[in-house]
Amino acid sequence: MELIWDPTYECMEREEIEQLQLERLQATLNRAYKNVSCYRNKFNELGIVPEDIRSLADLARLPFTTKEDLRLNYPYGMFAVPLREVVRIHSSSGTTGKPTVVGYTKHDLQTWSGLVARFMTAAGVTHDDVVQIAFGYGLFTGAFGLHYGSETIGASVIPMSSGNTEKQIMIMQDYKSTALVCTPTYAITLADKMERMGVDPNSLSLKVGLFGGEPWSESMRKEIETRLGLSATDNYGLSEVIGPGVAGECPHKCGMHIFEDAFIAEIIDPETCQVLPPGSVGELVLTTLTKEALPMIRYRTRDITSLDYSKCACGRTLVRMKKTMGRSDDMLIIKGVNVFPSQIEEVLFAIEGCQPHYQLVVDRVGAMDDLEVRIEVTENIFFDEMKRQRAFLEMVEKKIASMLGVGATVKLVEPNSIPRQEGKASRVIDKRKI
Amino acid sequence: MLRLKNVNTFYGKVHALKNVSLHLEKGEIVTLIGANGAGKTTILNTISGVTPAAAGEILFERELVQALSPDRIVRTGIAQVPEGRQVFKPLSVEDNLELGAYLRYRQREAKSRIQQDKQEVFSLFPRLEERRKQSAGTLSGGEQQMLAIGRAMMTRPKLMLLDEPSMGLAPLVVQEIFRVIDNLRKQHGTTILLVEQNAKAALNLADRGYVLETGKVILEGLSSNLLENKDVQRAYLGREKKELWER
Repeated sequence: MELIWDPTYECMEREEIEQLQLERLQATLNRAYKNVSCYRNKFNELGIVPEDIRSLADLARLPFTTKEDLRLNYPYGMFAVPLREVVRIHSSSGTTGKPTVVGYTKHDLQTWSGLVARFMTAAGVTHDDVVQIAFGYGLFTGAFGLHYGSETIGASVIPMSSGNTEKQIMIMQDYKSTALVCTPTYAITLADKMERMGVDPNSLSLKVGLFGGEPWSESMRKEIETRLGLSATDNYGLSEVIGPGVAGECPHKCGMHIFEDAFIAEIIDPETCQVLPPGSVGELVLTTLTKEALPMIRYRTRDITSLDYSKCACGRTLVRMKKTMGRSDDMLIIKGVNVFPSQIEEVLFAIEGCQPHYQLVVDRVGAMDDLEVRIEVTENIFFDEMKRQRAFLEMVEKKIASMLGVGATVKLVEPNSIPRQEGKASRVIDKRKI
Repeated sequence: MLRLKNVNTFYGKVHALKNVSLHLEKGEIVTLIGANGAGKTTILNTISGVTPAAAGEILFERELVQALSPDRIVRTGIAQVPEGRQVFKPLSVEDNLELGAYLRYRQREAKSRIQQDKQEVFSLFPRLEERRKQSAGTLSGGEQQMLAIGRAMMTRPKLMLLDEPSMGLAPLVVQEIFRVIDNLRKQHGTTILLVEQNAKAALNLADRGYVLETGKVILEGLSSNLLENKDVQRAYLGREKKELWER
């Protein structure tokens, strides 16, 4: 039997979950309508009062909340409690645009810790583990979320913060870290560095990795698992909703279980905003059910995924979301075809020896869109012979074309010439002026 | 075990409950807290059929009960201990208990079983046994409360609705009543929905709670969380009064 942190809420019957969701949704709406003028105004505009919501399906009648709403009500306008009840203020990691402010009451922090403890337990972390947190500590919710989750489980936390890769490796060796928390990109950076330093990953104690903060592919998972010698798990969250702790993978790695007693998940078509049936690919929309300081009603995450309600072998009855495939605002439309950077990533990883650092440059030549894929060269894919080099490039181009349905030019660039930000890499440059 | 969905109840034109949804699992003690007039008692009366719901759904053990008459609802296994005890004052303690089993007598249940249940009530409340021949009106407030609970127990309920059991009682007596409620669950496995003015005591006893405001549920949570909630503290636990004054 695998460990489940909170079986009461993680293994409820569908009918029970839905009853609890309805109760908590109605209570949340009553509080939000009463205490947050932004919600009250939006509801009033549509002539809706909280009492109109009588079923989970009625949720579709409510207006969406977007990052723009948070910006318009900057900094504290969306809070549903007075500031003196807020014990923590964080900021969105600012994936796009300006940061937004989020707050937590004392109880919100407890809720958050419990939710993170759930997915860390699902990933295999126990009180015997030593958790090295290589997320940046600061306004970003990632580090604190995982920090609290580890402490709640009773694991030993090393609050390393991000950066200083050599020191990370030294601590990993000396303190015998068993669990690693960072972005998937940084996991690769660590692996690269270890290779250069001649550190054998098998000499480390690493057992499990909890990677989040950005979308990553299955092939990237395989690469991290082989190169770091751990079980790499994905988890999902966003500051506006709570931070990490919205969903996380169990050992079966067949999607991330969304903690449905705390969140209602919907999938919508990002263009028409209509709710899509279970299983469809679309944008994830989340509604919080337990948050006090900052309730979120139908928050548009911009993350593209799909939901799977079928039973999971782990015993949890919670719906699973697929690894995010990209962002609805990251989605590139090239020659009329929807392209997600993650698809190209998938192709690149499938090619043996190809490193994950790449960049997409989209431009418009005349009336035609043009996609260029820049790949950092490594020893494995550098050939002295022009002929072999060209053959390699043609092979990559062919694979990308068959995956995306649109052609791309593949170019090799100098090692380390693609800028890396701490954590998230800037992977898309769209030069088109439309 | 009990499930309410979008329950709406009216007193004449007054919309007393607005879309109330809540649930109780078997063996749970759940409390309703809120100010006077928030709708706590109305929820109990709506479940027991005294003031039937105008709209919505009440499921007890997966059966719809909201259209049933109060006596039918008692038969399904729901008993209410009303606010202010409402014992039959001229009748003896024993007769009050016997009346609790009225439906069971009507259904020709074996008298020995009913008598056995009465003995159980007496063992839970020895003071009632001492006063079994006394008329209920001569009992103290605490004893009358015990009698009201005992009378409800005589229906062999699966779910007991308790309305303000501590009202007007001395602190020591309140403690005893709460101990009895706790025992009801422990020894008889009775599920309990409790309405209490004394929110702190109720939350200390209950597993979960719902906070009501003007006929609406505004919060659901584990008792431990509600005890720490600032809104709950300010409104119902008497903390931060000073700050409230300053506003």
